[in-house]
Amino acid sequence: MDDVILLMEGIDKSFPGVDALKKCCFDLKRGEVHALVGENGAGKSTLMKIVAGIYSKDNGKLIYKGEEVKISNPNAAQQMGISMVHQELNLMPHLTAAQNIFIGREPHRGILLDENALNDKAQEIFDMMRLKVNPRTKVADMSVAKQQMVEIAKALSFNSDVLVFDEPSAALTDVEITELFRIIRQMKEDGVGIIYITHRLEELKEISDRITVLRDGLYVDTVKTKKTTIDQIIKMMVGRVIYESKPEIPENPSQDIVLEVKNLSRGTELKDINFNLKKGEILGFAGLVGAGRTEVARAIFGADPFESGEVFVKNKKVKIKRPSDAVAHDIAYLSEDRKRYGLCLGLDVKNNIAMTIFEKMTNFLGWVNDKSIYKIAKRIVDQLSIKTPSLEQKVKNLSGGNQQKLVVGKWLAKDAGILIFDEPTRGIDVGAKQEIYSLLNNLTHQGKSIIMISSELPEILRMSHRVIVMCEGRITGELDYGDATQENIMQFATIRNGGNLSN
Amino acid sequence: MKIKTLAKEKRTSSDTVQRLLAFGALIIIFIFFSIASPYFFTFSNVVGILIATAVNGLLALGVTFIIISGGIDLSVGTVMTLCSVMSAVMIKNLGLPVPVGIIVGVLTGGVAGFFNGIMISKLKIPPFIATLGMLNVARGLSLVITDLSPIYFPLETGFNDIAMGSVLGTIIPGFEIPNAVLIMFGAAVVAGLVLTKTVIGRYCFALGSNEEAARLSGVNIVFWKTAIYTLGGLFVGVAGIVIAARLNSAQPALGQGYELDAIAAAVIGGISMSGGEGTMVGTIIGAFIISTLTNGLRMMSVPQEWQITVTGLIIISAVYLDIIRRRRKV
Repeated sequence: MDDVILLMEGIDKSFPGVDALKKCCFDLKRGEVHALVGENGAGKSTLMKIVAGIYSKDNGKLIYKGEEVKISNPNAAQQMGISMVHQELNLMPHLTAAQNIFIGREPHRGILLDENALNDKAQEIFDMMRLKVNPRTKVADMSVAKQQMVEIAKALSFNSDVLVFDEPSAALTDVEITELFRIIRQMKEDGVGIIYITHRLEELKEISDRITVLRDGLYVDTVKTKKTTIDQIIKMMVGRVIYESKPEIPENPSQDIVLEVKNLSRGTELKDINFNLKKGEILGFAGLVGAGRTEVARAIFGADPFESGEVFVKNKKVKIKRPSDAVAHDIAYLSEDRKRYGLCLGLDVKNNIAMTIFEKMTNFLGWVNDKSIYKIAKRIVDQLSIKTPSLEQKVKNLSGGNQQKLVVGKWLAKDAGILIFDEPTRGIDVGAKQEIYSLLNNLTHQGKSIIMISSELPEILRMSHRVIVMCEGRITGELDYGDATQENIMQFATIRNGGNLSN
Repeated sequence: MKIKTLAKEKRTSSDTVQRLLAFGALIIIFIFFSIASPYFFTFSNVVGILIATAVNGLLALGVTFIIISGGIDLSVGTVMTLCSVMSAVMIKNLGLPVPVGIIVGVLTGGVAGFFNGIMISKLKIPPFIATLGMLNVARGLSLVITDLSPIYFPLETGFNDIAMGSVLGTIIPGFEIPNAVLIMFGAAVVAGLVLTKTVIGRYCFALGSNEEAARLSGVNIVFWKTAIYTLGGLFVGVAGIVIAARLNSAQPALGQGYELDAIAAAVIGGISMSGGEGTMVGTIIGAFIISTLTNGLRMMSVPQEWQITVTGLIIISAVYLDIIRRRRKV
């Protein structure tokens, strides 16, 4: 079982203005889980998209099952037995789970589609995954985590020899990750070669056999997981030693309340939400995926309506009907889904940064002062060390971490006093995470107040002055810094019976 | 500083390619017809082409804002007619001074655009449907107001000179380019500046690129979208004045089909129908390509039905070329 199924040598790939990969190599054996790690923009996704036929390589050799091959498109890759589970979901929301899985390969009966056979085949895969999903459910009606599982089911349905996972765990809760790992181990035993891209380094020990590290488009090294420590991996990733800084003991935030939410409700999604945010405080929102944390944030920000409840900013009742009202009251919201809600991908860096402040950057004729915008954008790009060849670079050509920084930069430009961060470190690497953390701390020192929604408990524990825990649309617990532990947060996060407000 | 130089190079290369492509096509068409017909490249014929471009060019400028913002406006043709009619009513029927007639005509376009904008942004009616409705409303109103018959401007008002007189000719004798053409170029410069230098222009690109992201950045979508459609409508109003002046009358039955030519001009000029991309220079070149083709084919005595067919093929090839160009860039 120790034979190499996939071998890549001297792979080059460049995009306009960026050399994404330089002389990269990689190999995969049957029946192993080979993790691929690296900072944002290191080239992990690019390398794998070459394997999956989404990008074509500029140079280099790709040997699959002992023969040099050219993979020209995703379809060809799947025919050869290579499939990929993408970081972003690529499902059609109006189709059912089963229809999504077998799109383009629907079973026929004559010229008619055989809907029953389709659903049976999907059910078989779900059974194997021990996944409780009705194949007839429309994808739009599923949670993000379930959608991710459907995506994985789709990859499995090809009976592939090589399976690439691009950060599958980003949207999943712990329970679902456990399930995912079980499925991966099962495939491994069947001799499937698995490539696993992740930012969660603690997962490496649990699932991988070997680890390859990339940095800035260059191959660094491949090591055996058993013989390596996480610290060594981090060192290879960033090219320098960084110490996971101990959580700062938060200074006592002032007692001035900048934001107060009273009895916020909407149908079954939000039930009687009450909380306040103090000046200079980081208020963590913990809970499982689908607990309603994002919904609270969007309701406060005016992105979605709410049925009842009141919002007070600096003790004054405010009416927020749409996001522009919230922004006028000094509130900012950084969405978890930066591509859909955070950025205009077709526009360049400077115009994305200036999106929040255009109306301030104009004279009475509506004339935009491009020079000041350029200056502000330059300052923010430098301050956040966003890697971009120029301020005129289109945002779609930046890596995920740099895009995330850009979303933060947008609100730095606006200088908002109340910032709601929804999963600020989702899908970004250790180094960039550290930068985001110290940025959050800096902001609070400047007297800004932050609500931080996060599904990563260590992050919540490390950053928050107070933690609010939600479950099924209601607040089930509130914990002060020092009282909060992973255990008691999880406890509150799983009070499923609608429970009482404890604490 | 390093960033700055890099940026400059990038920008020029990608933008120039886009402009050169359409412009090159226009030149090639010109050369082709000049060889094919001895009467094509004469002063009077070129002026003819310029005049023929003026109205469509103005409409296309208005529609370009809207298409870049991710919308569409099918009502520009009949709204243009309504603007002519309103202007004629002011001047002929009510005997008001010409400037009042012009202002009312242009504002009529703005008002129609405003209602389009409200329907689309506030009532959330899809742009295609909302402006299709407006197409019929404007057409109906023109017919109602005029009682189905054209209104002619009294000669003594000199209304015709607005389009067909030549301010340039009085300054430079012998260089008699009609005002309609100047108005179009003037409007194109204004449109270009508004699109690239002002906040409303910037929001056209932002909305066309990712409306939800713009909304969550605190951009007041309802306000700005309405503003964009209103702005487009004002250009349509100017077109209404120009066509009325050219014909020295308001023709209530005119206007349908103009919207498609305007959209075609924008598309040929490289404006992406999915929004977020485009330039006013491109649109004007697109408008010229259409009228040059029509003119040249007529010069070559190609029957009108074939002229239309060729225009259709040109639109398809222009868009296809643009797609190929984009694909290569990635």
